[in-house]
Amino acid sequence: MAYKKKTLILAIVAIALTLLYVLYDLKGNIGYILPRRIIKVLAIVLTGGAIAFATTVFMTITNNRILTPSVLGLDSLYMLIQTFIIFVFGSNSIIMMSSSINYLVSIGAMIIFSLVLYRFLFKGEKNNIYFLLLIGMILGTFFNSFTSFFEVLIDPNEFMVAQDRGFASINNVNEDLVYLSIGIIVLVLLYFLRFYKYLDVLALGKDDAVNLGVSYDYVIKRLLIIVSILTAVATALIGPITFLGLLVVNITYEFLKTYRHLYIILASVFISVIALVGGQFIVEKIFTFQTTISVIINFVGGVYFIYLLLKENRSW
Amino acid sequence: MVEVKNLLKTYNQKNVVDDVSLKIEKGTMTSFIGPNGAGKSTLISIITRLIAKDSGDIQIDGQDVLKTDSNELAKKISVLKQSNSINLKLTVRELVSFGRFPYSKGKLTKEDEKKIDESLAYMELEDLENKYLDELSGGQRQRAHIAMVIAQDTEYIFLDEPLNNLDMRHSTQIMKILRRLVDELGKTILIVIHDINFASCYSDNIVALKDGKIVKQGRACDVIDACVLKELYDMDIEIQEIGDKRICVYY
Repeated sequence: MAYKKKTLILAIVAIALTLLYVLYDLKGNIGYILPRRIIKVLAIVLTGGAIAFATTVFMTITNNRILTPSVLGLDSLYMLIQTFIIFVFGSNSIIMMSSSINYLVSIGAMIIFSLVLYRFLFKGEKNNIYFLLLIGMILGTFFNSFTSFFEVLIDPNEFMVAQDRGFASINNVNEDLVYLSIGIIVLVLLYFLRFYKYLDVLALGKDDAVNLGVSYDYVIKRLLIIVSILTAVATALIGPITFLGLLVVNITYEFLKTYRHLYIILASVFISVIALVGGQFIVEKIFTFQTTISVIINFVGGVYFIYLLLKENRSW
Repeated sequence: MVEVKNLLKTYNQKNVVDDVSLKIEKGTMTSFIGPNGAGKSTLISIITRLIAKDSGDIQIDGQDVLKTDSNELAKKISVLKQSNSINLKLTVRELVSFGRFPYSKGKLTKEDEKKIDESLAYMELEDLENKYLDELSGGQRQRAHIAMVIAQDTEYIFLDEPLNNLDMRHSTQIMKILRRLVDELGKTILIVIHDINFASCYSDNIVALKDGKIVKQGRACDVIDACVLKELYDMDIEIQEIGDKRICVYY
């Protein structure tokens, strides 16, 4: 029962940090500052939650604790779209400025890409999930190369803008997009409820899942679509940040020591919120906006990843 | 009754399961024997819908396996594969509880708990029920997996080399439990096994496979025969009668 208590503690810490972020040093024009901070916090909680959730599900589907949805190539596609738009229309173009259109284009492209990929790969009989990941990885590298290609062609000022897009940032999120994202995520969660019960069994592996009566291909396909949509929403909202998922979900597994997905998902969402809100707090108050949150997340995440590799190495 | 007709499975133009037809009666224990690569595991996996077939027909109690709802089928047949490397932090009891998934979808009822207790008792795992799987020896872990299959409470149980890596004591223990499942609870057990003496001593029927084809199927005493085994393994195997058991001497 320890994991229930731990999840509760995480929830309390997450809420406390969120309140601290919203209410810290709140003076001056409250009517202006407060709504802006609330929107930011909402964006953080949404992205953090979506990434943690998507990564947990993805790791269960693949039965692998060091894979994140980024191997499906979605972040790379996002960067390609951004760079391509700058390449064609220039950084001052309307589509770059109006974040709603950009958001819709990015999200649409990422979701359509995943659907086409899944449809294509699940068509035949050889629906091996690792084959799907391999194709995702290859396409991701392909998109990366094209991104570099466009980056070389555009002028240096525009390159700065393009590069900036590669780092997740919560400093200028659009209010309408946050509401839109909430809508999408709620719909996805409602759809997910039908499949929630299968996660614990899927974690046992394909053979056991089939033995216990899970319609494996049907469930996996739908879960992958859910993962893609959540990743796309989070990426389009604040930028590529899937690395956070690796960090958060692994910490959750180490911390809770349970296999129950209800608690793993809840706790990873809370840890994710703690990391992002705490990170953003540091960005704003200590670095005074000199850096973006993804730099901090990537630094901490990178160190943890190396630790994970060394630890696994020792246990062999 | 399990009925398989003209089953075919091809990998890279090689017929791994080649036109196999067989009938398994209810309430019997059937062993599948044969050299490595004979297609025993593939056959079991196809019958239990873990691998797709290329052609042929599989019926269990008159129902086509692929047309039956997977969850309903999970209440009728259960399968335990060779390699069960679960990388979750699970206790024995939690693993066995998974066997109830087809019935309760993760929300265990009183009846589920009772079945779990029974299967733990059946496999003599009560003392270990709160141990984590990675703390157990190979034999204990194998027993935990079999307990899960027992908790699933299906009429048909398919086991793929359940004696792998077990010593004689644990092997006989597991075979005796399987025999009891057949004799006391009326289960139908199909088992892939390498040790032909275990097959000879504990099973009712034996199916001998080689290169994807059935060499012989029938009562255990008929298949454990010097000529059949010679054809199967390409080696001379002497058969001795000890008590009422036919023992193969091939050392």
